[in-house]
Amino acid sequence: MTRMRPTFRRLVASTAAAGMLVLVGCSAPADPDGSSGGATLVVATSDEPDALNPVLNYGVDGASLIFDGLVSRDDDNRLVAGLATALPELSPDGRTVTAKLRDGVQFHDGTALTAQDVVFTYQAVLDPTVDSTLRSDLDMVESVTAPDAATVVFRLRYPYAPFVQRLTLGIVPAKLLSGQDINTAGFNRKPIGTGPYRIDSWTPGDRLVLTANERYFGGRPKNNRVVVAFVADDNVRAQRMRAGEFDAAELPPKLASGFDADTTFRVQRVPTADYRGVMLPTGNPVLADPAVRRALNLAVDRAAMVTGLLGGAGEPAFGPIPPTSEFADPSIIGKPTADPRAAEGLLDAAGWTQGPGGVRVKDGRPARFTLMYPASDTLRKDLALAVTADAKKVGIEVTPAGLTWDAIDPRMKSDALLMGYGTPYDPDFVSYKLFGSRFAGQGYFNPGSYRSEVTDRALQEGRDQIDPALRKAAYAQFQKQLAADVPWLFLTYLRHTYVLKSSVQGVVPRVEAHEHGVANSLWWNIDTWTRS
Amino acid sequence: MTRSGRLAGAGAVVRRRLLVAVPVLAATSVGMFALGAASPVDPAKQYAGAAAFTASEENLAQLRANWGVDDPLPVQYLRWISNLVQGDLGWSTSRHEPVASVLAARAGWTLLLIGVSLALVLVASLLLGALAAYRRGGLFDRALRAAAYAVQSMPVFWLGLAAIAVFALALGWLPAGGLTDVTATSTSWPDVAHHLILPVAVLAVSQAPWFVLFVRDAVAESMRDDHVLAARARGLPGRTVLFGHALRTALLPFLTLVGTHLPELVGGAVLVETVFSLPGLGAVTVAAALGSDFPLLAAITLVTTAVVLAANLATDLAYAAADPRVRLDG
Repeated sequence: MTRMRPTFRRLVASTAAAGMLVLVGCSAPADPDGSSGGATLVVATSDEPDALNPVLNYGVDGASLIFDGLVSRDDDNRLVAGLATALPELSPDGRTVTAKLRDGVQFHDGTALTAQDVVFTYQAVLDPTVDSTLRSDLDMVESVTAPDAATVVFRLRYPYAPFVQRLTLGIVPAKLLSGQDINTAGFNRKPIGTGPYRIDSWTPGDRLVLTANERYFGGRPKNNRVVVAFVADDNVRAQRMRAGEFDAAELPPKLASGFDADTTFRVQRVPTADYRGVMLPTGNPVLADPAVRRALNLAVDRAAMVTGLLGGAGEPAFGPIPPTSEFADPSIIGKPTADPRAAEGLLDAAGWTQGPGGVRVKDGRPARFTLMYPASDTLRKDLALAVTADAKKVGIEVTPAGLTWDAIDPRMKSDALLMGYGTPYDPDFVSYKLFGSRFAGQGYFNPGSYRSEVTDRALQEGRDQIDPALRKAAYAQFQKQLAADVPWLFLTYLRHTYVLKSSVQGVVPRVEAHEHGVANSLWWNIDTWTRS
Repeated sequence: MTRSGRLAGAGAVVRRRLLVAVPVLAATSVGMFALGAASPVDPAKQYAGAAAFTASEENLAQLRANWGVDDPLPVQYLRWISNLVQGDLGWSTSRHEPVASVLAARAGWTLLLIGVSLALVLVASLLLGALAAYRRGGLFDRALRAAAYAVQSMPVFWLGLAAIAVFALALGWLPAGGLTDVTATSTSWPDVAHHLILPVAVLAVSQAPWFVLFVRDAVAESMRDDHVLAARARGLPGRTVLFGHALRTALLPFLTLVGTHLPELVGGAVLVETVFSLPGLGAVTVAAALGSDFPLLAAITLVTTAVVLAANLATDLAYAAADPRVRLDG
C-alpha cells in the first residue's frame, strides 16, 4: 500500500508532463499563411500515387505537374514540343527518332537538364530490375543514346509510327538516381523534376503540397501553390467540396449532379476515351455465331444506359476509337436506342427459332450464355444487368455473374465479360493487342481469341505507316471490320465529372484517359488557373 | 511478502506474459502468411492498377520475381522472420515504401485518435454512469439510457457523416476532414487539434454507450453493498459515498471491460479515419489487405496483437493495484 502511492503519483506526474508537452506544442506559433503572394489552389481526388516517379508509372502520359516529357499535349491532346525544341520526327524507315533538347532548362534543384537525363530515364524503364509496368509500352525501343549533351536518339526494333506519342514520359535527373535502387529511392517520395511545380511536402493519405517553379521554362505558374488533397471516400469528398475546402474535386456523376443547382459551383462533365463493353469470346458455342453477336449489338439500348446508369455522364459507344479522336470513323455509328425488331429479324434468318420459355433455340442449342463482371465494380454490374434485360427481349438468355478477377481469368475464353479500355491518344496503343490475332488468349489481350485477317492487316498498317493519311485509312478499315464482326459489344464511353468553384478561371477540359488523379486530370493546366 | 506490497510478483507476471507472447506472436504471423497465401489477389496486378490490363505477362512476372512473391511460402516466411530479427520490417508493395516508414508516418495519428477518445470515454462514462446510478430511475438516468441505446444503434460511419453535416456544413464551426487545413503551410498542433475535435468526439460518442451503461449498472449494484450502506449510515456526504465508495468497487470489472473493448475501439477508429480523411493506419490496412501486401499486413497484425497483449497485461496489473484482495504472485 505504502509503495503504491508514490508509483501512482509518479504516473500522474508523468501523465501531466506529457500533457504539458502537448500544450507547449499547441502554443507554438503557427507558420504564417503564405497567403501574401498569389493564390493557393486546392484540388481533391481519390487516387493517390504510390510513388511520384515517372519511371514507376507516375503521370506517364504527361501533365504530371512536377515533370516534363520531351513532348507534351495541348488542349486537343495534339502533341507539342516539351523539353524538345521541336516535335521529334520519325526517320523514313520508321525506326529512328532524334530529339533536340531545349536550351537552359533546369531541374528544381538548379542543375541543368542534359541528354544524359533523358537516356537514363528511358533506360531505367527498360531495366528488368525496376518495378515499372511501362516497359510493356516501350518494348519497341532497342537503344536510346546521347551523341551530344543536347541530342537524344531512339533506335527502334521495328517501325512504330506512333512512337513520338510515347515521349510524354517525364524526365528524371540521372545524377540523383544513378547507382541507386530506383524502386526504393527516397526520390520517389520527394522528387525533383523540371515541371511547373516542385514538391513542398507530401503527407501520404492526406495531401500533396506543390509550390510554383519560378524557373519553369514554359513561364512561371500564375499561382504560388497547389494542394492536392487525397480523400478516398466519394461522399466525404462531396461534403468537403460543399464546405468550400476545395477549388475543384473529382466526384462520381450522381454526387456531382447535386451541385448543378448551386451557382457558387460549376460542374464539368469531361469526355473520355474510356469505354465499357462486353467481350464476346469466340470459344463460346452460342457467341461464336456472328448472327447472335450482331443481334445483341442491335438489341442493347445504349441511350438508356447513358441516361439511366451514368446519369447522363457518357456517350453511346460503337467502337474502340472515341468519337473525339481524329481517327474515329463516323460510318460505324449506329442507333443509340435499341432496335429489337431488327435484332429478331437477324436471329430468325440465322435459324434461331423461338423455343420454350422465350429462349431461342438452334439445332437443339438454347441461346444462352454467362456474362461475367468484376463484382466490386457497381457500374459494370449495372451495365451487365442492362445487357441481360435487353437480350431477354429478343430471346437470348444471359446469366450475369459477379466474380473476382481471379475467378474471371480462367473463364475468359468461353464466357462473355464486361470490360473497359480506351486511350485518347493513338489508336494503336490498346487496340493492337486487344484485337490482334497474335495476342489471342494472352491474358487480358484479346481474351476472346478474335481472329480476322482484315483487322490484323489494318492494325499492322496503322503501326507501320508513317503517313497520317494512310494510317487514318487503315484505322477506318479496322473500325468497319470490328463493326461487322462484333467481337465486342461496345456500350458506352464514360465522362469524368468534376465540381469547381465558379470563381476558378482558366479551366480547359480535354478528352481524358481512364486514369486521372494528380496527373492528367481536369487540372492538367492548373499552372494557368486563376481565381476571380 | 511484507516488503512487496500489492504489485508483488509483477515482474514475474510480466516475464511470464512475455514468454507467452512470443509463441502467440509467432502463431499470429504464421496464420497471417497462411491467410495471405490463400488470398487469390495477385500483388503485381494490384500494384500495376489499370496498367495491369495493358502490361504484358512477362512484365508482370518480372515484378513478381523482383519481390520474390512467387517463392514458396515457407521461404517467404523465413526471409521475413530473419529480416524482422535484424530490425527490417520489409517493403510494402502497396504503398511502395519501407513498412517501417509507413507505420512511422501513420501509427502516431491512429494512436492519438484512439488515446484521446479512450480517455474521453473513460472520464465521461465514469462520471455520467455514476451520476445516473445515484438517482436510479430518475430523469437523468432515463434520458442517459435512452441516448445510449440510440447511439449504440447508429453506425459509426453514419454518425460521422451526420456530425460533418451538422457541425461542418450547417453550423460551420469545425472542419469537415483532413489533418490540417488544406492550405496550411505546416502541421501545427492547434490546427491538428481543431481538426481532431470532430473525429475524436464521434469515436468517443460511438464507443461510450457500452461503458456508460456498464458503469451505471455496476455502481447501482454496489450502491446496495454493505460498505456503501454503512458509509451512508455514518452520514458521509453523498459525493463521498458515490465516488469514494460505490464507484471504487464498481471500478474493478470496468478495467476488464476496457481491456477487452480495445479491439473494438481500433475498428471504430478505422471507420472514423475514413470518414474524416485522416492519414492513419485505417486506410493503409484496407489497401494492404486488398493488395495482398504481406509485409505491411504482417507488421500491422503483429503491432495490433502486441498492443492487445500489452493491454491485457496492463489490465491485470491495474486490477492488482486497485483491489487489495488480488495478488499477482500466483
